[in-house]
Amino acid sequence: MTDTSQATIPQRYPFNAPFRLDLDARYAELREQPLVRVQLPYGEPAWLATRHADVKTVLGDPRFSRAASVGRDEPRNTPRQQETGILSMDPPEHTRLRRLVAKAFTARRVEELRPRTRAVADELVDGLLAAGPPADLVAHLATPLPIRVICDLLGVPVSDQDRFHTWSEAIVSTTSLEPGLAQHYLDNLLAYMGGLVARRRVEPADDLLSAMVRARDEHADRLTEEEMVTLAAGLLAAGHETTVTQIPNMVYVLLTTPGAWATLGERPELVPVAVEELMRFIPLGATAAFPRYATEDVELGGVLVRAGEPVVVNIAAANRDGAVFADADRLDLTRQVNPHLGFGHGVHHCVGAQLARMELRVVLETLLDRAPGLRLAVPVEELTWKSGLLVRGLVAMPVAW
Amino acid sequence: MSEGTEWRLHVDPTRCIGSGICAGVSPRHFVLVGGLSRPVAERIAADESVLDAAESCPLEAIVVSDLDNLRRIAPEG
Repeated sequence: MTDTSQATIPQRYPFNAPFRLDLDARYAELREQPLVRVQLPYGEPAWLATRHADVKTVLGDPRFSRAASVGRDEPRNTPRQQETGILSMDPPEHTRLRRLVAKAFTARRVEELRPRTRAVADELVDGLLAAGPPADLVAHLATPLPIRVICDLLGVPVSDQDRFHTWSEAIVSTTSLEPGLAQHYLDNLLAYMGGLVARRRVEPADDLLSAMVRARDEHADRLTEEEMVTLAAGLLAAGHETTVTQIPNMVYVLLTTPGAWATLGERPELVPVAVEELMRFIPLGATAAFPRYATEDVELGGVLVRAGEPVVVNIAAANRDGAVFADADRLDLTRQVNPHLGFGHGVHHCVGAQLARMELRVVLETLLDRAPGLRLAVPVEELTWKSGLLVRGLVAMPVAW
Repeated sequence: MSEGTEWRLHVDPTRCIGSGICAGVSPRHFVLVGGLSRPVAERIAADESVLDAAESCPLEAIVVSDLDNLRRIAPEG
């Protein structure tokens, strides 16, 4: 074990700009070494964890704290430190907020949303097929489906989607929006959600926003109005941005990996297993975010992380760790044991994971059924990738069938 | 709940996905073994944090019951 926290010069991070959905080869080397020091565009230097076991420890062990980042010069991608609400909390404060919404996202509750999601997917695929070929999978299917689902669940009017979808970019933006505009979008999103909450207080409905308002009014001591509005806005924004991005990513990998789309077409019962494998295989994150601070000295990955030092993780690197996944760099649509960290780990494990899984399965099943001959309508070199965001994804995805 | 009440913890291994939420929310009572959660001890003195863990589990894999009458305390229906 080496104690090098002050001795080595941190490496600039991320190491390289993301290229399509390729994982930087540096991570394979780093998994073999003790943790290294990195410097994100802003904030203090951090340790970087890349091994599956180390990443799990940082995300799951209570000796690593998100709340301890408050008031620190947090390693980050934006000039200004962003308010991240529930993502800047530890238990028990975190639990107090999370419990309010966790019930709406259990596997059992999500299952009840499946028939309606299927119907929406069918309707949207009708539109996609009527528009082409070629037609844009991002605009016709990947964007509207998660928005419709989260709107229904929360009780947000889907007719407002153009407005809040624009503002939601602020949640995943690193450099795509200049800081003033990002703040303006966040303010708009919060004001919009505040208005919806006020309306639900007068006219409750059978939706999650109404349930949150009820919980807040029954336990005013446990939850401030601002916390509730911020949480609801976070669910709306994060709740669709990620899935909107991951649907085309998954279809892209399946269409560009020889035989993958045909395999699933012949064996659609593999879709749930394939979705887990795609969650593992796709490096969704474009950079590191949400550093954890050690609350005591911790031995980790061959170094001593001192109390008060931040650690960032690369989930995609952990998901390719050969110590956990056989033939880790290969897409295996039949992989049975798959403890990937694509939805994170520990108390901040994605609250919408079960919902995302259901949506991703429904979308792939519907496309395999309705467009078995699906293919990219342009050469891969002509696809445009988003940049300046926390996540990687396609701007548009012209497909034919 | 009165002093001295004892609870029983159960994690259904067929439902658990090893998200690590419970072990983070209530680290004294849940531990991940081979990627899945299990209670540190099945019989415990009543402790609010295990209710948080049960209510936070996305698979509702954790059941907390009263050791005396086996009545389920969490998760709520």
